[in-house]
Amino acid sequence: MAGIPHDHYEPKSNGEKWLYSRLPIVGLLYDTLMLPTPRNLNWMWIWGIVLVFTLVLQIITGIVLVMHYVPHVDMAFASVEYIMRDVNGGHMIRYFHQNGASLFFVAVYAHIFRSLYYGSYKAPREVTWIIGMLMYLLMMGTAFMGYVLPWGQMSFHGTAVITGLFGAIPFIGEGVQTWLLGASAVGQPALNRFFSLHYLMPFILLGLTIVHIWAFHTTGNNNPTGVEVRRTSKEDAAKDTLPFWPYFVIKDLFALAIILAVFVAIVGFMPNYLGHPDNYIPANALATPAHIVPEWYFLPFYAILRAFTADVWVVQIVQFLSFGIIDAKFFGVLAMFGAIAVMALAPWLDTSSVRSGKYRPMFKWWFWLLVVDFFVLMWVGARPAESPYDMISLVASTYWFAYFLVILPVLGVIEKPLTPPATIEEDYNAHYAPQSDSAPVVNPAE
Amino acid sequence: MSQVEEHQGTRRDFLYYATAGAGVVVTGAAVWPLVNQMNPSADVLALASIRVDISAVDPGTQLTVLWQGKPVFIRARTEEEIAEANAVDLASLPDGLSQNANLDPTADASDANRALSEDGVWLVQMGICTHLGCVPLGEQGDFGGWFCPCHGSHYDTAGRIRRGPAPRNLDIPVASFVDETTIQLG
Repeated sequence: MAGIPHDHYEPKSNGEKWLYSRLPIVGLLYDTLMLPTPRNLNWMWIWGIVLVFTLVLQIITGIVLVMHYVPHVDMAFASVEYIMRDVNGGHMIRYFHQNGASLFFVAVYAHIFRSLYYGSYKAPREVTWIIGMLMYLLMMGTAFMGYVLPWGQMSFHGTAVITGLFGAIPFIGEGVQTWLLGASAVGQPALNRFFSLHYLMPFILLGLTIVHIWAFHTTGNNNPTGVEVRRTSKEDAAKDTLPFWPYFVIKDLFALAIILAVFVAIVGFMPNYLGHPDNYIPANALATPAHIVPEWYFLPFYAILRAFTADVWVVQIVQFLSFGIIDAKFFGVLAMFGAIAVMALAPWLDTSSVRSGKYRPMFKWWFWLLVVDFFVLMWVGARPAESPYDMISLVASTYWFAYFLVILPVLGVIEKPLTPPATIEEDYNAHYAPQSDSAPVVNPAE
Repeated sequence: MSQVEEHQGTRRDFLYYATAGAGVVVTGAAVWPLVNQMNPSADVLALASIRVDISAVDPGTQLTVLWQGKPVFIRARTEEEIAEANAVDLASLPDGLSQNANLDPTADASDANRALSEDGVWLVQMGICTHLGCVPLGEQGDFGGWFCPCHGSHYDTAGRIRRGPAPRNLDIPVASFVDETTIQLG
């Protein structure tokens, strides 16, 4: 493996040697845990651990909830209330699971924007990025199906809207929608299969997590400078890195403890703050809630879905050029999935030779504008579909696409980046007093 | 490329393609039942038609019934609503087709083609927004008909889309009068 040079596991005792020659699993775990990690990682590199923790939290609380939940249209709502009232500690387990989804998305958005700022998606980490994007899609699918299970008003009508997205596909859409729902409308078949898939998909996520980690263990972590760890020799590599255990494990666990303190406070004191009261009304096919809104973590993309109405000229041109096959409805669906697709293509759209945004004076501004744009979309996604919100969502959606399709490619050409430090060691020593055993700093903080 | 051997179909090649082909067919045959089980089951497909008593529906009110898991709006329209629907210029409609399952698919969206009864009073339509399937609210929106709260589609008093993201007029299901006060759906 063309990884960073470091000491590998050597079986010592006879027992270890016996196992190692049959199954080198201890060596695999050792090398994973002792991975040389850039010593200058900042606090934005903690979200991976938070995500792994949350996935495990969701799987464990989920398995427990399934012991009491009934996936039937007549009993689903009641069984959730049964969990809340009668099952020992059930309300706490459910609130952890319900808010765990929010923690999951807080962490994944921080993780994604970290990668966008520090150029973690760039070569040679494109595969890690693509797998990450797949996991993000899968997470959204899992969260959506999980939201259906309590069979409240939002569950029911949210399902109608989201499966309606597939109904917008020209020619085959209606067939696909019927196939997904197992009927012409949302009902028992949909609830039952979403339950099945909601149970399955976290385990696929777990598998992809391992592949994700495998990929970036092969390339090595990115770091705030975007400068690669020296691989010229074990000694050079050691000056740029520290082993994952214990240095980064302890740091990550400390960050996790702080995040969990906030999380537990939310679960304990305001468990329904992020939810919608409408979902505590049993599903009723005859009445859509007056104000149907997805969960907060879907709002930015929901805003993009709604932004492109038939009176937008881009939509009209596309409709004309496609002979009416792509109407406003399908355009909105394409825009929503396209917003994630352009993000997944970032490694090939970003033309800058400098990886980290720290050394890109113009990029910084556009990046922070994208962050603001993301929150604007999230805010406007929860507003009703009327003026002036329609205009705001259109402008914000346009910027989202412009950032990836125009700004990233153009910036690499017109921007004059600063010079990143030559090595990670140099960057590290500029921030912390040099260690007694390392070489004196020649030129601190250039 | 000094020595390019003339590649001739050997027995081994044949076996290779035949095995791969058989593998693809077998895999497809194994996957299809797994895909097909998600299609509507027999009980769902059993096309149920229902009869609805409309004797209690006064002009200006609407009865909403559930048919095949979907809401159906049965509205007795007032004179003003009918007049308003007739006053619309058909060329200005985003969707110029009647979307009426009882008529030819190319029928235009005139109010006569939308209404179930000759006098235009009875309007029967699926209560499902053609955008993404929410249930529109009655007597709301800028055109006095229906308004979908999800993404802001406005329908007029004949259930025709006038503004917003929905691409089509509200669908009209197969429906007929059994007698003066009974409508059969399906």
